[in-house]
Amino acid sequence: MRIENERRSVTALSTAAVALVLGISEAWAGVGQPSPWETGMQEMVTELAHGVSNFHTYLVWLITGICLFVLALLLVVVARFNEKKNPVPSKTTHHTLLEVAWTIIPVLILVAIAIPSFRLLRQQLVPPQADLVVKVTGYSWYWGYEYPADQNGGFKFDSNMITEAKDRKPDQPRLLGVDNAMVVPVGKTVLVQVTSADVIHSFAVPSFAVKIDAIPGRLNEYWFKADREGVYYGQCSELCGNGHPYMPIEIRVVSEQQYAAWLTEAKKRYASTEGSAPLKLATAQ
Amino acid sequence: MAHAADAAHADHHDHLPSFWRRWFYSTNHKDIGTLYLIFGFTAGIVGGLLSIGMRLELQEPGLQFFSNPQAFNVFVTGHGLIMVFFMVMPTLIGGFGNWFIPIMIGAPDMAFPRMNNISFWLTVSAFALMLCSLFVEGAPGSLGFGGGWTVYPPLSTAGHPGPALDFGILALHLAGAASILGAINFITTILNMRAPGMTLHKMPLFAWAMLVTAFLLLLSLPVLAGAITMLLTDRNFGTTFFDPSGGGDPVLYQHLFWFFGHPEVYIMILPAFGIVSHIISTFSRKPIFGYLGMAYAMVAIGVVGFIVWAHHMYTVGLSLQTQAYFVFATMVIAVPTGVKIFSWIATMWGGSIRFTAAMQWAVGFVFLFTVGGVTGVVLANAPVDRYMHDTYYVVAHFHYVLSLGAVFVIFAAMYYWFPKITGYVMPEWIGKLHFWVAFIGSNVLFFPMHFLGLSGMPRRYADYPDAFAGWNYVSSIGAYIFFAGLFIFIFGVIYSFVRKEKAAGNPWGEGATTLEWTLSSPPPFHQFETLPRVVDTGH
Repeated sequence: MRIENERRSVTALSTAAVALVLGISEAWAGVGQPSPWETGMQEMVTELAHGVSNFHTYLVWLITGICLFVLALLLVVVARFNEKKNPVPSKTTHHTLLEVAWTIIPVLILVAIAIPSFRLLRQQLVPPQADLVVKVTGYSWYWGYEYPADQNGGFKFDSNMITEAKDRKPDQPRLLGVDNAMVVPVGKTVLVQVTSADVIHSFAVPSFAVKIDAIPGRLNEYWFKADREGVYYGQCSELCGNGHPYMPIEIRVVSEQQYAAWLTEAKKRYASTEGSAPLKLATAQ
Repeated sequence: MAHAADAAHADHHDHLPSFWRRWFYSTNHKDIGTLYLIFGFTAGIVGGLLSIGMRLELQEPGLQFFSNPQAFNVFVTGHGLIMVFFMVMPTLIGGFGNWFIPIMIGAPDMAFPRMNNISFWLTVSAFALMLCSLFVEGAPGSLGFGGGWTVYPPLSTAGHPGPALDFGILALHLAGAASILGAINFITTILNMRAPGMTLHKMPLFAWAMLVTAFLLLLSLPVLAGAITMLLTDRNFGTTFFDPSGGGDPVLYQHLFWFFGHPEVYIMILPAFGIVSHIISTFSRKPIFGYLGMAYAMVAIGVVGFIVWAHHMYTVGLSLQTQAYFVFATMVIAVPTGVKIFSWIATMWGGSIRFTAAMQWAVGFVFLFTVGGVTGVVLANAPVDRYMHDTYYVVAHFHYVLSLGAVFVIFAAMYYWFPKITGYVMPEWIGKLHFWVAFIGSNVLFFPMHFLGLSGMPRRYADYPDAFAGWNYVSSIGAYIFFAGLFIFIFGVIYSFVRKEKAAGNPWGEGATTLEWTLSSPPPFHQFETLPRVVDTGH
């Protein structure tokens, strides 16, 4: 295993730099979870997350260009202005045009970054009409999900990491698979309302570009609309103590029919726990 | 400014105080600087060993060296706090600042020599408390505080009932008090004790850097002190500043912490900016390009640094308008930083450069700081930061600007000023070998962390899904290479002291124009009994 890994590392290393520059690694990433030797973002599965990933690719082009430009200047300096090649130093210490240029040009580059950035920020933080609301609560160290009664839910359940290898389904990676996944329908706008019962946690799913802190005393919200069915993993992203690496998030995106069936089954299965106050937002639909 | 006792000393300055008096009651800025350098290096070894412990654990998936993630988190926290408060700050500010600010501005000593002494010993006491904190109970049933250097509540209140964090808070209070006293000392010295003819606009850039840094310390540390005092009372006296069940809010702490925390990162890098300017100018045999632009770029970075703090908090649920403002303000900082990068290159352009060890470290810094800087621009954008936040991408970013930024400059400065401080020459090959080992090691260590972060690996994880194994393995190898480089440095110092090749007053030639090079190496115990008169240097 180790030898195989190392052989792969040679090719991976050589392609890594290229891949980072081109932002092409998305193509060979596993969906919904990290892949070995990945050099870019995970494959995105929501329209908004594609926006994030495209914006990042654009930024990678820009910053790679800037770094290569600085590197080129430094290489010219090393080659041309060493004491052998250039024994008599110039005494130039001012060049107004140059100084204005290296102030104005970065400003223009930043404007070119800011415009798409603000557009994307707006899309992220002004959520569309929600089809479904799920309340997510962080505990030390597991997640609780609550489906409100007025959208055919009315139950809540806890989601714990599976610790024993024998209990994991074949498609559940170590440290990512949970016993009770959060289930949502495909193509629907899901609004997550996130809070915590003890310390701060953070609800994060990379392939949805979702990350929102679970803070006691606050109810944060964020949204996603998954394009396709599948299993998508995330991990707690705010240091929360001993179990911090052991409270993953597993979201199963299923068809509308499967979701309806799951709701029926889940209502029975989690009947012992009653849902709390109905969430007003959900009635808007 | 010199009181009677100093005047008496000045008559026979060859007479050194006894060992105990000289090093324990020291009021001499050079001796205190030396103490700070030794202290910073020692603390750096401790912090470095903690990071080696982390990299050993992360080399493979699963838990190998730590019995549980909490113990790993204690290492993470200790590494962060020690490197920030007891390595970078004491070395750059206490060490090089004390040594060279008075000399560079033509002053006989710091304005308040005895306060200088207490600053140092408070820092040592703070470090002792910090080490104590590692060995007392924090979270129930485990030793030390494992809540990260940011010490966010409620993990730092309800999550760690034991006294470990109380030790930690008191350590930060003492370190903070030491820094505030130091800042007052630097501001007073720089504003009042410049040699005749040295106007602010003729002052060396390192002095400018330290002046700005001192103001940042003076204005930001009291906010940290307030925040951690509130934490202390929340923990011990039943207040609820950060506890929602009593009407408080954990996010308030984050605002207070980062109001300090963001200026703090500039506190760590601005002195480095100043030092690099001198090294590049010296070995290019050219005056610094765009001196005023360089000075005011640092002022601008310092000022803007105070109004960007919430870019560390994009995921706490800030409103659209708030996030948009912090995106905008943060990106503004890239402009003065760009001015500095390009001015350094312009200083080298047309120069007659000698690539000494110090110069190699400085040029390495310029490139690697650029790499760290541009990923900072990526992270400034809230929409992508939502993906990157609290992943290894952030770890990669801040280690590029601090470990490959501030630490590279610390070594650049060590090799640059070694002959001045010790009076001995260190062979150039030692610093150059160290540079290449560190350059390769640190890039192998930190570059793959960008990939891990993009792939989604969260920070502060003792164990990770198997897919992250590859780059973590590479990263750990880099850590061992980087750490091994330290032994080259230690060897160099010992070798130079054994070899005893005497250094000239100015070993670097005509490019070295600041006042320390007009003195002998090492400088006399008290310098500038007759104040130097500064003529126009043609900036």
